[in-house]
Amino acid sequence: MKVLLSWLREFAPDIGDAADTDTISDVLTGLGLAVESVTVTGSPPDGVVVGKVLDLRQHPDADRIQLVEVDDGSGATLQVCCGAFNMAVGDLIPLARVGTVMPNGMEIASRKMRGQASEGMCCSEQELGLGADGEGIMILNDRLGDAGEHESGSVPVGAPLGEALGLTADVLWDLEVGANRPDALSVMGVARDMAAGLGVAFEPPDWSSSAAGSGTDLVAGLPVSVEIEDPSLCGRFMARLLRNVPQGPSPAWLAARLTALGMRPINCVVDISNYVMLELGQPSHAFDLERVAGARLGVRRARDGEIIKTLDGAERSLAAGDGVITDGDDSVISIAGVMGGASTEVSADTSEVLVEMAWWDPPSISRTAKRLNLSSEAATRFRRGADWGDNMVRCMNRFVHLASTLGAEAVPGVIDERGEVPRRDAVTVRVQRVNRLLGTGLSARQMAAHLRSIGFEADPLGDSESGGSDAGVAGADEVAGISSAVGAAGADEVAEAAEAVLKVIVPTWRWDTATETDVAEEVARLHGYENIARTVVTANEAGGLSPYQKDRRLVREVLVGAGFFEAQTMPFVAPEALAAAGLNSGAITLANPVDERESMLAPSLLPGQLRALAYNQRRFNRDVGLFEISHVYLDARDGELLPDEREHLAVAQSGAEAPAAVAVLDLLTEALSLPAVELRTAAPPGLHPHRSAEVAVAGRVRGVVGEIHPEVLEAAGIEGRVAWLQLDLQELLDGPRARRRYRPVSKFPPSRIDLAFVAAEKAASAQLERAMKTAAGKLLARVELFDVYRGPGVEQGWRGLTYQLQFQADDRTLTDAEVAEVRERCVAEVSKRTGARLRG
Amino acid sequence: MTDEQGADSIAEGLADGMGGVEETAAAATTQLEAAADLETVAALERRLLNRSGPLAEAKSRIGALDPAERAAAGRRLNEARARIESAVAAARERLGAADDNDDRYAAERLDLTERLPRSTALSRGRIHPVTAARYRLEDVFVGMGYSVEEGPEVESAWYNFEALNIPDWHPARGSFDTIFVNLGEPEEVMLRSHTSPVQIRTMENREPPIYVVAPGRTFRTDTADATHLPAFNQIEGLAIDRDINLGDLAGTINTFVGALFGRDVETRLRPSYFPFTEPSAEFDISRPDGSWLELGGCGMVHPNVLRNCGIDPEEWQGFAFGFGIDRLAVMRHEIDDIREFVNNDVRFLSQF
Repeated sequence: MKVLLSWLREFAPDIGDAADTDTISDVLTGLGLAVESVTVTGSPPDGVVVGKVLDLRQHPDADRIQLVEVDDGSGATLQVCCGAFNMAVGDLIPLARVGTVMPNGMEIASRKMRGQASEGMCCSEQELGLGADGEGIMILNDRLGDAGEHESGSVPVGAPLGEALGLTADVLWDLEVGANRPDALSVMGVARDMAAGLGVAFEPPDWSSSAAGSGTDLVAGLPVSVEIEDPSLCGRFMARLLRNVPQGPSPAWLAARLTALGMRPINCVVDISNYVMLELGQPSHAFDLERVAGARLGVRRARDGEIIKTLDGAERSLAAGDGVITDGDDSVISIAGVMGGASTEVSADTSEVLVEMAWWDPPSISRTAKRLNLSSEAATRFRRGADWGDNMVRCMNRFVHLASTLGAEAVPGVIDERGEVPRRDAVTVRVQRVNRLLGTGLSARQMAAHLRSIGFEADPLGDSESGGSDAGVAGADEVAGISSAVGAAGADEVAEAAEAVLKVIVPTWRWDTATETDVAEEVARLHGYENIARTVVTANEAGGLSPYQKDRRLVREVLVGAGFFEAQTMPFVAPEALAAAGLNSGAITLANPVDERESMLAPSLLPGQLRALAYNQRRFNRDVGLFEISHVYLDARDGELLPDEREHLAVAQSGAEAPAAVAVLDLLTEALSLPAVELRTAAPPGLHPHRSAEVAVAGRVRGVVGEIHPEVLEAAGIEGRVAWLQLDLQELLDGPRARRRYRPVSKFPPSRIDLAFVAAEKAASAQLERAMKTAAGKLLARVELFDVYRGPGVEQGWRGLTYQLQFQADDRTLTDAEVAEVRERCVAEVSKRTGARLRG
Repeated sequence: MTDEQGADSIAEGLADGMGGVEETAAAATTQLEAAADLETVAALERRLLNRSGPLAEAKSRIGALDPAERAAAGRRLNEARARIESAVAAARERLGAADDNDDRYAAERLDLTERLPRSTALSRGRIHPVTAARYRLEDVFVGMGYSVEEGPEVESAWYNFEALNIPDWHPARGSFDTIFVNLGEPEEVMLRSHTSPVQIRTMENREPPIYVVAPGRTFRTDTADATHLPAFNQIEGLAIDRDINLGDLAGTINTFVGALFGRDVETRLRPSYFPFTEPSAEFDISRPDGSWLELGGCGMVHPNVLRNCGIDPEEWQGFAFGFGIDRLAVMRHEIDDIREFVNNDVRFLSQF
């Protein structure tokens, strides 16, 4: 919401005197109307003076520049290079002297243009922030009197331009207004807060005397009727009839204010409507009465499928529940509170304008505006809650007043129909409760004073003045027992007692304010957040990370220690990218993706990592090791609304083969004490069919390891191999862990032997290792593959695998015979299980 | 006589039934006494005393002698060795022992800046700068007695809006720029637009008092540019106890801002509006030039929110606050384009 100081002063005449611009800005921000910008308008910048053109010459080296000799009043003649040609010798023009800072921030400097000195700038209206005209230099002759006066020297050449033109500066604030402050979407509402914050009087003007014939008793004379058929939709509906409304553009002052506040002037009727809305907060709509069939307006909910062509020319289909205004034929002629219809739009032929002002049920308007994706200034105010109280009368008077000053004639009589308006039961506010919430020690009187300053009624319950209403208030209140407790004490003591209670009536311009807490917020706002003492609470318990969170940090540490960089990728993925990654394209889709191509939620970290690897490769970063811990989204499990969402770990290493990924798995297995990790032959989607495996931990598959499929890499534009590990981190970390139990280190020397096998390619090395472990039992302290051989001497489809085995006992040194015996058992078991034999 | 000839003559003397061992030792002593530098001494020592030298060789032949002669031959050999060793020591002493070490170690010299990264370097990766920012925040709040809660990124309208006092018609709903998911009824499931749903889940699952922070990824329909990403990270704080008040909120914010940015950074609260808190506030931190920078939103948890989670607002009350994590990393490292956070260029990632 934008507001002008000059406009605010019409409601609180003292605010300009009570404080300077910065103070007002601080007050507004302190009250919750955050100042987004402050601009001084309506006055040229300092340093701009009235100059007189003494001579005009073409620039010798530039066609589009002329050299202007200007008298700036100092006695000297300045040469200025200028790109405009609308001046004549003798004209008075605005001259920005060297050093002037223009509204756009540019500082005028002394410089040369194609070799010619330029000592200032001749300005257009637009350049000075005085108007929209940027076509030529602003010629001041007419505005400063006739030429004769210039010659006689009565116009002070060299005088500051603002002074010479009699311009006064105005201040424009742009405020951020929360959804709970419908009242602050008007100049009057901002003025009310500001006056309270500055401690000056708030005195809105009274336009009733100038709005002739506004009495409802005259309604019988109006050739029009209104019926609220659905009172839950419309709380109040006022209408007046105007004749001879001027059709042309609005007067300059009115258009200027609309423009300053960000609205485009259209014509008198529309502009008056907008002016009243900006000034007082009440939107209005004008019907061409002749085009309203039956001269009757009805208010009801729409039926499914009803069609209306709105003012913007669009055909809109309505749904049951939308609020509409109908004519005598029950046809929809306006979408209530959102946008009027084209069929009854005021035009140049209109003779009678029916002005509608109403209060609409905020949720109804909100749903309709949202469903139609139709936002308007009116809907913005109605959905936050407009004012159904006396302000509506004020607004109607103001409308008539403005129209009258432009020559319109108001037909006596006003329609004022009522539906259901919100109840304004008194809110019982417990002083102690408010203080407990805010951490303050305010008295009932102090709270009441704050509330009254913005138009709330606030009286200590049980006070002699309001004693008569006790019963009614307490009855309407949720807190039982308060009223009798208070009633026992004297009225004066009540105000300051611990049980003190305020009876608060919230004004009609604060639709969403209805509870004790709502009122507490108002008290806090007016008391000032900065005046609340700061304290710190400490939890009476130890904080900390959960075991899962600690382990997740450990995973990161281990991977960082191994040289990997943590990546974070977007979870959005295109269906084609999923397919290109070899993944099932059945993923969860988005209704309104940011990039419509990336319409899915990734069910795997693979697509994101591919993108990251490709990004690095395109930038010549070779052999990149990345990891990521992020959520993946799988189809919801039966009966669940939300997806099966899991936290996964992915590790990708470009320029590396599958064993590198297995090595990372080993590292994590050790760091996390994972029990019984085994690799199971598998061809997981997206991975190399013969260089990948499933990772099982304690018998459950928890992820995959290996290499990304060459075709997937090719589709992603990645050269070379990429080692890949993806684990369901949640399952992994929440699953079983090996206990780390102490075992005394053996005091007896180990015996090492090497075993060289020839094994079929299909026999996994892990199978051989398992066989040896089974055969040797506890005596096998370690087994390690240290050579793999394929080549001459080993037939096709087989390879040589050489292991070093370390045998050791806890209680003795093993004899040669024992070692020989266990060696034989190992060889036999390997042969039995895998068909591998010792190499000759 | 050359060193070599000297050694040979000793060997000959020994081979000759151990005869002349003493002479040989005497000759060696003479040579050592005459040696002009440590290298000569070292060379003599090597030739005479090492395992394949003449004395060792002679010793290996003792076994071939007549048993009666063995003891005497062994003694003579040992005496000769002792004599040579003491002559070597004396020669070293004379020529200066320190130089000897220097020479020996000098031969082992390495250029420590001669580094072959591929073969010898150990390289450390990095955690992501946003993770680092999250760790810093978590650690500060854990220090203040908070625990860390997490929740799903895909949420229902109940958790993302309704339980937070934002009914379907509420004008604030539109301001969340929510990304909806095609599950359930239209607009029933969405990518969470803030971390506040974790407040609800926590209060549903735990009895007060509650002191938690909830960091995590959130989503809005923002097109990626230098200052926006459609997925970004927030942290949410929630404290529910019997008498927590607005002053406690202001003080708590001041405390963690001090821990994050330094004690000289000031904070202020100014009234604002959020449907799920009342009173609500934005909180700002001071910049060195005295201006204020908006950091996040906060307020006292709205009684309707407490009720929605089965907590009696007459008995319990508390505050909530939230702000962006990514922005902290942007500020700390002066990052000019936050798309770098998701490009994952290792030259970017390795700077933190």
